[in-house]
Amino acid sequence: MQPGTLSTFLKRGAIWGFIVLELIFFSVAGEFLSLSEKAFMDFDNMLLLFKQSAPIGIIAMGMTVIMINGNIDLSVGATYAICAIVLLDAMSWPVFAGLGDAVIPVAWLLALLTGVALGALNGLIVWKTGVDAFIVTLGSMLGYRGLVFMYNGEQPTSHLNWTLVDFAEAQFLWLHTATWFLLIVTAVIWFLMNRTVHGRNAYAIGDNREAAVNAGIRVGPHMMINFMIIGFLAALSAVVFYSESGSVNPNDGELYELWVITAVVLGGTKLAGGAGSIVSTFGGVLAIQLLRKGLAHIGADTSTVNLVIGLILIAVLFLDRQLNVKGKEELKI
Amino acid sequence: MTSVTKTQIGGFLARQGILVAFALFIIGFTLANQRFLDPDNILGVVRSSAILGVMALGVTFVVISGNLDLSVGSMMSFSTIVVLDLHDKLGPTLAIPAMFAMTLCLGAFIGFLVGYLKLNSLIVTLGMLSAIHGLTLTYSGGQNMDIADKAGTWFSVFGQGEALGIPVPILIFLLLAAVLGTILARTPFGRKVYAVGGNGTAATFSGIRRARVVFACYLMSAFCVATAGLIQASRSLGSQNTVGQGLELEVLAAVILGGASLLGGSGTIFKTVIGVLILGFIQNGLLLVGLQFYVQYVVTWVIIILAVWLDVAAKRGKLLSPIA
Repeated sequence: MQPGTLSTFLKRGAIWGFIVLELIFFSVAGEFLSLSEKAFMDFDNMLLLFKQSAPIGIIAMGMTVIMINGNIDLSVGATYAICAIVLLDAMSWPVFAGLGDAVIPVAWLLALLTGVALGALNGLIVWKTGVDAFIVTLGSMLGYRGLVFMYNGEQPTSHLNWTLVDFAEAQFLWLHTATWFLLIVTAVIWFLMNRTVHGRNAYAIGDNREAAVNAGIRVGPHMMINFMIIGFLAALSAVVFYSESGSVNPNDGELYELWVITAVVLGGTKLAGGAGSIVSTFGGVLAIQLLRKGLAHIGADTSTVNLVIGLILIAVLFLDRQLNVKGKEELKI
Repeated sequence: MTSVTKTQIGGFLARQGILVAFALFIIGFTLANQRFLDPDNILGVVRSSAILGVMALGVTFVVISGNLDLSVGSMMSFSTIVVLDLHDKLGPTLAIPAMFAMTLCLGAFIGFLVGYLKLNSLIVTLGMLSAIHGLTLTYSGGQNMDIADKAGTWFSVFGQGEALGIPVPILIFLLLAAVLGTILARTPFGRKVYAVGGNGTAATFSGIRRARVVFACYLMSAFCVATAGLIQASRSLGSQNTVGQGLELEVLAAVILGGASLLGGSGTIFKTVIGVLILGFIQNGLLLVGLQFYVQYVVTWVIIILAVWLDVAAKRGKLLSPIA
């Protein structure tokens, strides 16, 4: 066995081990503590788990790409809200009045374009000004939220289209529409990061930007494309969620960035860039949703969920560092 | 000759750009609305910025030492709820020190994790944001906290009182700014904070105990948060569990606006105070002009980006980033 293989294996497998532990714990604890008759590992319950993971999960895939690239995006929650408003509002624009249900793809397209444009704006600023992505997106988190409010004041924006709701609630091969979107996004982003030049370059830039520049990789366009990807995914997440709910508050999506980053970090992606895996992020998303559902199942309230998730995040960080230190020691021998 | 003058002007703008922008804003808003420079209005703005400002003072220390603190918002909710709850149980004289002790414990925990265990401060404080929010909800049972006898308590002095014609929150803010500014600029400890943030490895090799300095910075941040919680609790004498939610990012915006680099090693208390005031006056000015409160978000966005951009551009001597 090569040195470091064991710790790599441990790190890769850690999130799935954690998920299995959660499943066992909540199943056993649920027998004693739950008020509901149903078992935690109920088939429908698990299907619902996937569906509820979708909004955060879809954005988390984009955040993984951004973080592998060595950046961060705090504005996803606000982007999500703007795209939701564009989606719902566009369906009632007089321009599209004659379209009937054909307005749905048009509204989707508009919402997705909005997301891409907002992401591109972030990316362009990061690229051209050289200001740290944390600051740029911290600013646009405020700015985009301001745009959300300017669009429709403090009123909720609502538009219910039953064809759309039917589509969003449909199940194909047992899985809900939202779950399919999450799976497809995961597959596509996995392919992008592992099988394309862009993905390779994104890893290289995150790992060592100087070296990437010297190797002739154009850093700026790659960063901008990644910001457009996360903007697109934030919009897609809004499209998937609000097709069903049909009403958006100007505060929606607040703190999403924190949930998303938590999921990505749980999946083992490094903030410093250069390392991370799409499949592990998928695990991180599931782990968080399992925790929320499981704690609710055994009768804990939101306060406990917040407390536990916060402490687990710190514990993961600590363990991860211990594992990394161990890996380095092995290499020395 | 022209180019020299141009560089000089550029350099001045970059170094004092934030003050120039501040002056321009004040002139603009004054022209737009006479009431803007009214002493009552100015006092009102500073007073409502005091809570944000007090928190920003502590975060300035953390940021200069090269770390982040995203937990100040939920920590402020925690201290507000705790002091309101203990006010009725122990009386204000005991409630205030008890609340400070509990908040300092949270700060010490974060300081231990970031300083001694060397964990990434962004993730640690992100986790603590969530954890402390949970702690607050558990403590209060999800209920709003209210003081029973609102009229008969002297506790309201911190948020509503006046001394020498100046509201007490402003006095606390200015006093704390003066003390912390002196510590940062004039003491060996302040020098160490800059050293640790500027180059942690070099600081360690020159005999500075990095862990201890970082730990102390988080304690200071927690102390400031507790003070802010005290002002908030005393001002409203009742509170929701989420009173500080989202403040962490506004605080960070004020600190960045003041010119502190997130990489650490630069920034001053005075500039942070300016950053806080700019945020406050923009908010107030836009309201007086008749715009909705959310327009300030967009304006703040533009200002933050421009301020940091100018700063970065001045350091590299070029407006646009050289990366291809």
